[in-house]
Amino acid sequence: MSWALVLEQTLNGLQFGVMLFLMAAGLTLVFGIMNLVNLAHGSLYMVGAYLAAAFAHWSGSFVLGVALALPATLLVGIAVEVTALRTLYERDHLDQVLATFGLILFFNELISIIWGRAAIYTSVPTILGGHFRILPGVPYPTYRAGIIVVGVLVSVLLWGLVTRTRLGMRIRAGASNRTMVSALGVNVRLLYTLVFGLGAALAGLAGAMAGPIYAVQPGMGEAILIQVFVVIVIGGIGSIRGAMVGAIVVGMADTLGRAFLKPMLATVISPPAADKAGPALASMLIYLLMAAVLFFRPEGLFPARSRS
Amino acid sequence: MTADRRRAVTLAAGGVLLALVPPIAALTDQPFYLDLFRRMMIFAIAAVSLDLILGYGGMVSFGHAAYLGIGAYAVGIPAYHGITNGFLQLGLAVAASALVALVIGAISLRTSGVYFIMITLAFAQMLYYLGISLETYGGDNGMRLAARSRFVGPIDLAQPTTFYYLVLAILVLLLVAGRRLVASRFGMVIRAAKANEPRARAIGFSTARYKLTAFVIAGATAGLAGALLANQTEYLTPDFMHWTRSGEIMFMVILGGMGSLFGPVLGAVALLLLEDVLSALTAHWQIILGPILILVVLFAKRGLFGLLAGARVD
Repeated sequence: MSWALVLEQTLNGLQFGVMLFLMAAGLTLVFGIMNLVNLAHGSLYMVGAYLAAAFAHWSGSFVLGVALALPATLLVGIAVEVTALRTLYERDHLDQVLATFGLILFFNELISIIWGRAAIYTSVPTILGGHFRILPGVPYPTYRAGIIVVGVLVSVLLWGLVTRTRLGMRIRAGASNRTMVSALGVNVRLLYTLVFGLGAALAGLAGAMAGPIYAVQPGMGEAILIQVFVVIVIGGIGSIRGAMVGAIVVGMADTLGRAFLKPMLATVISPPAADKAGPALASMLIYLLMAAVLFFRPEGLFPARSRS
Repeated sequence: MTADRRRAVTLAAGGVLLALVPPIAALTDQPFYLDLFRRMMIFAIAAVSLDLILGYGGMVSFGHAAYLGIGAYAVGIPAYHGITNGFLQLGLAVAASALVALVIGAISLRTSGVYFIMITLAFAQMLYYLGISLETYGGDNGMRLAARSRFVGPIDLAQPTTFYYLVLAILVLLLVAGRRLVASRFGMVIRAAKANEPRARAIGFSTARYKLTAFVIAGATAGLAGALLANQTEYLTPDFMHWTRSGEIMFMVILGGMGSLFGPVLGAVALLLLEDVLSALTAHWQIILGPILILVVLFAKRGLFGLLAGARVD
């Protein structure tokens, strides 16, 4: 196990964590403010990935494809909110889970009707396609580094939006007391739609950037959705700070676990046994982590302030 | 008709219809229907077990398919090693899923609300990945069931009709036992904990323990359904535990009417029938099923059983 490999995998973990955060931020905001459990958040990620691939194919430019996919996913999100989800805010979580589960079935099938069931592969533009040296002798893919940079930038922007602007103030106020905000004359309905659109755009961005790394296919949203659930459960549902910490923890644990659990186990148990147990344990690691966190802190690491 | 009579008539009609499926399928020479209805009843067992905790206990477990998988593997793994004793396999299925439900429940029930939904989902997902990593037993492709479970004497699962009536008998037993359970003191505490947990605790019930017991009973029952399902399909894959399967079982409960025990049976029958009809119609049947699901949730919360029997669903 060389230090170069450790560094590379740590960066990969950070890159995965950043993607998880882009997803988790929207999901946790929507839950914190609208009290809505949205399983279809993963579908927006998928829509973002497909739209980016389609726009990139159409325009011939990957960056333009991602840039166009952002507002497009935002519009899809707003359309979903207005037509289907708006009526669910006052319903209990069971109804929300089932109705958004229905949305997932719908979106997966719609995508496979339009683009087919086979995975689509998009390529990175040549300028981002290569490697660069982070340290002498340690090359790292430029594209993954780009994801980290974009993710950090968006996180800072989001932090600024939530803590420094009037809209952000309303978002925070909506999270702590919806009724009061609406009594003070804020158009809560519009606020909800905006927040949902924002979350959708973030998910779309994550999906668009995921295209060249992971396979773009129907159902791609669900795998990451469940990992995002783990993120926000560990971080504390409704808390953006918690989503941030949870995303980095989960991203790191998953990536490093997959890379190093097997060799580490092999030093303790026999290599053939480690060959079998390593990958199994690695794929369950984040769930075990979540169970451990919940055992000690049932509300997550950074519980959002009570709203009841 | 009074509600009680309507309910009794609905139940009797349902029971007679289910009992008549094998002769009708034999007369019309359509063995496919025997297979379909047996599958429906197996899912009905799983849905009823979920209804026990979801409808009566208010525990929205989104990982119920995990126990289906455990039950299936409890049949498949011994069969792979040449152990085909059905009593042993079914016992193992029930014991293993009860044990797993105990662990999952003990951790998950420390939380509530949306946390509970997500945690049960995550645990099921964890078991799904565990299933994928079982290379010896087919990994993510799954494996053929080496042989169906063997029981003594005339109970022979290779006989489609015998297998059918065995499943029907288990379903009826489960409904009778479930009826008694929810009407018992235990059931009352569970329902009280759903309606108002602080109050139930204030009266002096340690609700956590009751809820965990209910959770384990539901898990064990779903494990039994999983063991039957492995015999039904003669094939088992980690997909038994896939989270969409959990969603389907949950939908069966809602579609049929939760908190009614008999509703989930109707829900299982209706959903599988709907899937059968829609998939014959188009390969993209889920694009129709999805919106139907949303409409049911939005407008028909009382479920089919509420519609047919006029039963009040709380």
